[in-house]
Amino acid sequence: MRGVLQLRARARPGERGSLTSTASPANGPACPVPQSTYAHVQLGHGSGGKLSAALLRERFLPRFDNPALAELGDGAVIEALAGRIVVSTDTFVVAPLEFPGGNIGTLAVHGTLNDLAMMGAVPRCLTAGFVLEEGLPFDVLDRVLEAMSGAARAAGVPIVAGDTKVVERGKADGMFVNTTGIGVLRDDFRPGPRGGRPGDAVLVSGPIGRHGMAVMAAREDLRFQSTITSDTAALAPLVELLRDRVGRAVHALRDPTRGGVASALNELAQAAGVGVELEDHALPVPEAVAAACAVLGLDPLYVANEGILLALVSPEASEPALTALRSHPLGAGAARIGTVVAEHRGLVTLKTRVGGSRIVDMLPGDQLPRIC
Amino acid sequence: MKYLSEYQDGDVARGLVQRIRATATRRWVLMEVCGGQTHTIVRQGIDELIDGAVELIHGPGCPVCVTPLEQIDRALHLAARPDVIFTSFGDMLRVPGSTIDLQQVRAQGGDVRVVYSPLDAVELARRHPTREVVFFAVGFETTAPANAMAVWRARQLGLTNFSLLVSHVTVPPAMTAILESADNRVQAFLAAGHVCTVMGWWEYESLAARYRVPIVVTGFEPLDILEGILLAVRQLEEGRHVVENQYVRAVRRDGNRPAQDLVLKVFRLIDRQWRGIGPIPGSGLGLRDEFAGFDAERKFALGDIRATEPALCRAGDVLRGKLKPFECPAFGRECTPERPLGAPMVSSEGTCAAYYNYGRARAPASGDH
Repeated sequence: MRGVLQLRARARPGERGSLTSTASPANGPACPVPQSTYAHVQLGHGSGGKLSAALLRERFLPRFDNPALAELGDGAVIEALAGRIVVSTDTFVVAPLEFPGGNIGTLAVHGTLNDLAMMGAVPRCLTAGFVLEEGLPFDVLDRVLEAMSGAARAAGVPIVAGDTKVVERGKADGMFVNTTGIGVLRDDFRPGPRGGRPGDAVLVSGPIGRHGMAVMAAREDLRFQSTITSDTAALAPLVELLRDRVGRAVHALRDPTRGGVASALNELAQAAGVGVELEDHALPVPEAVAAACAVLGLDPLYVANEGILLALVSPEASEPALTALRSHPLGAGAARIGTVVAEHRGLVTLKTRVGGSRIVDMLPGDQLPRIC
Repeated sequence: MKYLSEYQDGDVARGLVQRIRATATRRWVLMEVCGGQTHTIVRQGIDELIDGAVELIHGPGCPVCVTPLEQIDRALHLAARPDVIFTSFGDMLRVPGSTIDLQQVRAQGGDVRVVYSPLDAVELARRHPTREVVFFAVGFETTAPANAMAVWRARQLGLTNFSLLVSHVTVPPAMTAILESADNRVQAFLAAGHVCTVMGWWEYESLAARYRVPIVVTGFEPLDILEGILLAVRQLEEGRHVVENQYVRAVRRDGNRPAQDLVLKVFRLIDRQWRGIGPIPGSGLGLRDEFAGFDAERKFALGDIRATEPALCRAGDVLRGKLKPFECPAFGRECTPERPLGAPMVSSEGTCAAYYNYGRARAPASGDH
């Protein structure tokens, strides 16, 4: 019956436009599945019924195809992993969902993979959970899923289990994504948050502030044009280079995401009970980021990054580590930005360009743009 | 990025510091008027570099900090109304009123939105004809033209659902009040460069002459401030007292005439209460009667809302330069950026926040680490 009604409905535009147009794929006779005609996510796509099944079959499974997922059981079965296991989970919310350099999907894959990489773990698999808002355009969802599958494939890590829910319009900001990653530790490489020692060099693998400013520039309400793109990337290749070239000389790793370089270094300083001294002139802040931050009254040290790492390495390994990082395109802009010191434990200080000194504290909340 | 980095050059800065030290034969007391300058000074450690030659007193030029408590309470009252979209610059969201702040009003269901221009608020009003859109118009002469333009534009569009909650203040009356006070220690001013981009510096010429005080219009980058200090110290040493312009790349004597004209068409001079300081005659801007329909205070009858400052907060003494933030008993104890008692601990331009965030009085001794 549904098929009959559809055929009638399709016939009309075809008749009217028969002289000038050909039927679009959506109007073609091949596909009787109703959701194909939807441009937006409907509540029904989360019902657990036919729409849900079709959503999974048409959009998710083809992109994340792997044996564990293909079983479609209530859980994924994976082979036993040898050694100590690292589990990390992260939930991603970003507005807008798409921004220059990536989208929420790339973030969701890179973010969790990078958390594993900062532990020194080799990632083995990911799971993904989605909360979709009713009304989310399917073309946006498609681009997000495409980006996720591309990022996961490039990293060689399968997405073995997933879940999708749909909530009413207004109850989610387009979509939220959670990813959980499982990785395996190696005996010879254990960078931990507490590893920093006085004398260590503080290295950063690339320019700071790109992701946060790319997202801000993409917001409708800001309307400033910029060429800044997000740095979102999987950092495992850089970690492997560090492990190969300087190994145990890497005492701590951290990806400075939310809260930026300043917050990440505060966490490392507090965890290890050491101080950190930064050199303002050594911080690699791209011109466009510095300019946008100056206009908005923001400090690049607190702006989020999604594709750089901070490394605390023993002093003699500083140069070899920099050389290793710079041998990879992701680490081309690597720089030494400071030193771990025994003084002022738990505090990060910065030597200013004009020769002064100040503390770089954690922020109480979000950075608020100032008035003038 | 030359236009920024060339004003932060370390070698030039060291040269300026040496010249300031070589020029000063005694320790002069200067006040930088603007909170943005305070921010640069503390952030870059400039006060420490010239300590001994110059004492810097931080002035009242943080618009967030001098907005009176009862005006914040009025904002909170409006923001909680279900028919209102309350718009504001980001800085104001964490400023505590008598009870809570705008962020908490938002968490409790108020429609509070950060905008980057008052014209964005006008656009919101156009898009939401059934809602009342209120913009919190705070600031000195720098932000006044854009706020005047917003009202002008709203009238052009025939909007009746847009209004300003005005808390505008002007710099010269505040400088006069400081110079008139019995215990004034300020011997020279660094005038706020961005205020002068709008207003020029002709207003300050009579001040410099009457009070025999050097006034140097100064920018906001580290080298701007060091150069402004050097010019002021030279005047003091030579016994001169005129207005000089350090910020030549942005400021002319007459300022921006079209902007001034627009401000005067929309606003008129009124007496204003300054948070922590008290009333200063003729120190504020209020909407002219012909724009009464755009005045949130009149539109929503907010006159009854009154407030008293928390007794523990010494913001007034800090804003008048009588107390360094860390000399306040509450600093870092009852009053932190997470739980601020007064506005100077909130705004990134606020003196207390600058001292707290950049670790002054907690910082390790400089120079030997």
